[in-house]
Amino acid sequence: MKKAKHILGIGALFAASLFLISADHIDAPAVQGGSSDITDFYAFQGENTDNMVFVANVQGLLSPAATAEASFDESVMIEFNIDNNGDFVEDLVIQAVPRNGKMYILGPVAPVQTGLSSMLTVESAKDVNSVNITAYGEEAQVSSNKGISAFAGPRDDPFFMDFAQYSAIIAGEASGFNNPGTDTFAGTNVMSVVIEVPKSMIGGSGTINTWVESKRKQ
Amino acid sequence: MKISNKILGLTLVAGLLMSCETENLSGEGMGVDNNPNLAGTYVQEDQMGRPAVNTVFVSSGSKDEFNVTIPSEQNESFQPMFESTLLALNPGYTTNALGMDASTFTSALATDVLNVSLDGTTTFYDGTNVLTGRALTDDVITVELLLIFGGPDFSENPDFSDDHVDSNDKEFLSSFPYLASPH
Repeated sequence: MKKAKHILGIGALFAASLFLISADHIDAPAVQGGSSDITDFYAFQGENTDNMVFVANVQGLLSPAATAEASFDESVMIEFNIDNNGDFVEDLVIQAVPRNGKMYILGPVAPVQTGLSSMLTVESAKDVNSVNITAYGEEAQVSSNKGISAFAGPRDDPFFMDFAQYSAIIAGEASGFNNPGTDTFAGTNVMSVVIEVPKSMIGGSGTINTWVESKRKQ
Repeated sequence: MKISNKILGLTLVAGLLMSCETENLSGEGMGVDNNPNLAGTYVQEDQMGRPAVNTVFVSSGSKDEFNVTIPSEQNESFQPMFESTLLALNPGYTTNALGMDASTFTSALATDVLNVSLDGTTTFYDGTNVLTGRALTDDVITVELLLIFGGPDFSENPDFSDDHVDSNDKEFLSSFPYLASPH
């Protein structure tokens, strides 16, 4: 009880910085609510266990009505980064760029350069895959080419959490979570990119470090 | 002077590449059908490895900076902030169920990448496997709350260590694209 109050007191001090918890939805002022705001990142073994699936979601908390109007920003690249040797620098990237109703998928390929800037060149464009961006209300359109499957379009936000109660706790208005809790993200959608690749293309075995980035064309 | 020359050089190279690509693509049908010119330089705005890391552990004035700090430099720049945040959230923190003290735990978190096994089960935590990926069904927030508040055996601060939302509102698919159709 005492401990709980102590936590609450400190928590209240941090309320400003912690108010908007979620997976990565609206995580920072510069990207909050914008077309480059990453909401979530997943990496898991595919239905075919020789494959790895990467999921990046952007533009969170879309109501059904807002989803019908939502689209990928053609100036924003979604880049999956893969580090094979444990130095936290990307050795491979999978890059997704939307254009004219299609999502173009480059890689897995060694990046032209690592770090905060990504350059796409003539070479980058040689082995590009693409998939039609699925419209809201339409059956999922999937492309498969050379073992790589791709999807891009609106999906249910797979994230779940009682964000409202967490906020109440942090604000000092509640003394704990409810049981059962309420999923604040129920009924909301995201814009999603799903790419499945053979594990043999990203190192084959062992452990990778992976993260996703959104990057805007200059 | 040197720098401006370099920049000029880079710009020229970039310009050449872009014009080359336009020609090649239209002339030789490289890439997919009607592949538009995607060439250019793309500069980072957001990034994410593990769920909720920037949101929970980075103070409000530094969140944008965290999003444009490359993972190999995140530990050095942000671990002290992560540790003070952890100890502010849970002043009674000793170790968590992974046996990590505050310094070890926040060092692991500050480099915000997802560790993924290419050899089998991929899960954030399933009772046996720890940090071998992130599956759609993983209750990642409860895992993180347990690691922050739950103490060495997940028994501490029960009011704060589980949000009691254990699954998604829609069933996931067993096949590609795995995510449920939109609402």
